[in-house]
Amino acid sequence: MSIFLDETTPVIVQGYTGRIGSFHAQEMIDYGTNVVGGVTPGKGGERHLDRPVFNTVKDAVRDTGAEASVVFVPPPFAADAIMEAADAGIRFCVCVTDGIPAQDMMRVKRYMRRYKREERMTLTGPNCAGTISPGKAMMGIMPGHIYMPGNVGLIGRSGTLGYEAASQMKAMGIGISTGVGIGGDPINGSSFLDHLERFEQDPETHLVVMIGEIGGPQEARAAAYVRDHMKKPVLAYIAGLTAPKGRTMGHAGAIVTSVGESAAEKVEILREAGVGIIVRPSEFGNAVAEALTKL
Amino acid sequence: MDIHEYQAKALLSEFGMPIARGGIAYSPEQAAYRAKELGGDKWVVKAQIHSGARGKAGGIKICATENEVLEAANELLGRRLVTNQTGPQGKLVGRLYIEEATAIEREIYLAFVLDRDSERIMCVASAAGGMDIEEIAESQPDSIVRVPIEPAVGMQDFQAREIAFALGMDATQLAESVKALKACYRAFRDLDATMVEINPLVVTSDGRIIALDAKMGFDDNALFRRPQISELRDKSQEDPREMNAADRGLSYVGLDGNIGCIINGAGLAMATMDMIKHVGGEPANFLDIGGGASPERVAKAFNLVLSDEGVDAILVNIFAGINRCDWVAEGVIQAMQKLDVPVPVVVRLSGTNVELGRQILADSDIDLITADTLAQAAEKAVAAAGFHRSANAESRE
Repeated sequence: MSIFLDETTPVIVQGYTGRIGSFHAQEMIDYGTNVVGGVTPGKGGERHLDRPVFNTVKDAVRDTGAEASVVFVPPPFAADAIMEAADAGIRFCVCVTDGIPAQDMMRVKRYMRRYKREERMTLTGPNCAGTISPGKAMMGIMPGHIYMPGNVGLIGRSGTLGYEAASQMKAMGIGISTGVGIGGDPINGSSFLDHLERFEQDPETHLVVMIGEIGGPQEARAAAYVRDHMKKPVLAYIAGLTAPKGRTMGHAGAIVTSVGESAAEKVEILREAGVGIIVRPSEFGNAVAEALTKL
Repeated sequence: MDIHEYQAKALLSEFGMPIARGGIAYSPEQAAYRAKELGGDKWVVKAQIHSGARGKAGGIKICATENEVLEAANELLGRRLVTNQTGPQGKLVGRLYIEEATAIEREIYLAFVLDRDSERIMCVASAAGGMDIEEIAESQPDSIVRVPIEPAVGMQDFQAREIAFALGMDATQLAESVKALKACYRAFRDLDATMVEINPLVVTSDGRIIALDAKMGFDDNALFRRPQISELRDKSQEDPREMNAADRGLSYVGLDGNIGCIINGAGLAMATMDMIKHVGGEPANFLDIGGGASPERVAKAFNLVLSDEGVDAILVNIFAGINRCDWVAEGVIQAMQKLDVPVPVVVRLSGTNVELGRQILADSDIDLITADTLAQAAEKAVAAAGFHRSANAESRE
């Protein structure tokens, strides 16, 4: 089992007929993802990549039974697209779009609270690389071939650093059950904590690796969850040891503005909660291999 | 994006926040004229730079005559003001705000921030004003009130009243306080701000409430729908290299070390910088060239990194996911052929077609150092930088 996504999950693409949406939809199809169609308002009834195009997400869900959606809609319209997916009954949504205004995301989060927790769509991103269940399916922009199927759950804010970790692990013969990108924005659809809960319940996942960075409270929240509720071992790396305070490091959310947000402080909080710290980013492979031998 | 105090005050005032009367000046003569225009017998001349703590740095002067205003303006204009927030190079004073002096009864701290924990706009206030929030949190943490605002309905009167009472306002000041607090909130929400800080908000000796200082920051991702905010951008307050990078779609932050970094992806960039530190070096910059890593972007990145004279070596670390290492390798070679890079360059590629990419680098006649792993890349860059620096020192002797 993997979390959120496997080869049977019916997936639609919002922003399907655009240049970026088309390119990545094709990559997803080639990897084996069950892409059942896409949404571009005004192009309903057409066919694209040999699949149907719909005007609305509700139409797509009704005709295809789609359960998951990946959003490639440009920043000014992306928040609207996410809410449309939530309202149409999509269960799992990946928003790749980078550059959504923070207050739009605030409204999205508020809007999603109108659904009961058990019925609420899980949103990952925005500004994330996607989610992959290696060997089964991928939603987003990840290079599928660098991931090997296996029993390690991977959660990260950064795209390419997640790839680095996955390929270090693959080089040592270590595979991944599901890799989840949660994105680099200040307000995320879901956090480390949400996905730790899922991995704790997933029988195929034996160990979880978190890749955090400077800025925001979510690593500290995850630490408290690991301390109080997790039985599976968790390892973490926090990027940004050399980042100066008050400066945005590429990701809109990678900025230290208050106490507890620096890499050094987060490492300390995680360590105290019993999380294994990966000190150097060159040690993802070795650290995971060593932790797996202790299981 | 940040704006100046006088701009923030003008915006807040439009929403109903009371401010003192004042005017902008670009020359000493204008400053004196502003003082005359305002009337009265006491003025404050305030250097407009994108930084707090201007008072301690000598950027705020109280004047009792028009001549004093002229002299203060003469002294401040064109100077680089160094505060504890600007770094040693300081910020250029290109404009002044001349304000009528206010008789202060007491000072209050008031801010609205984007709170990532509650995912809401939050009001943060303290009756212990006149110092920055870190100092208040240190010395009088119990004086700080934090009130998150529900985004669906906005700030309610009762919330504003609760804050006003917590700040020690009396019944006669209540209506004005509620109006000021809601003005601040609405400005934050309607202009896509990320921060509004009024420090201090003062109660005057005749019982009025006035924003004596004002700082606002805005969400860069929302500027597309706030052209009136984009117009307030003052490029003289920005680091030229960072501005240059932003104009080319690259994300750059200058640091004090000597190893220039060219990396794709923000997380991998931070991790590579950390790796340099772990092996005993110091990064000269953060630079994320984005996912694509095209030859044009790589060339722009080299130019940018080399504009920092403190760079003794460059580390290029590219993870080719959707694109391919062979293509990135050719891009790096093309860029280096055109540029004549005067410092050693370490290149580490990983991801799609990595073997082919490494082969292309090995076969080229360009002088570069290759590395297979992240650790090796950082070690080689630190060693090469040290060697380059000592060789340079020798050649100067």
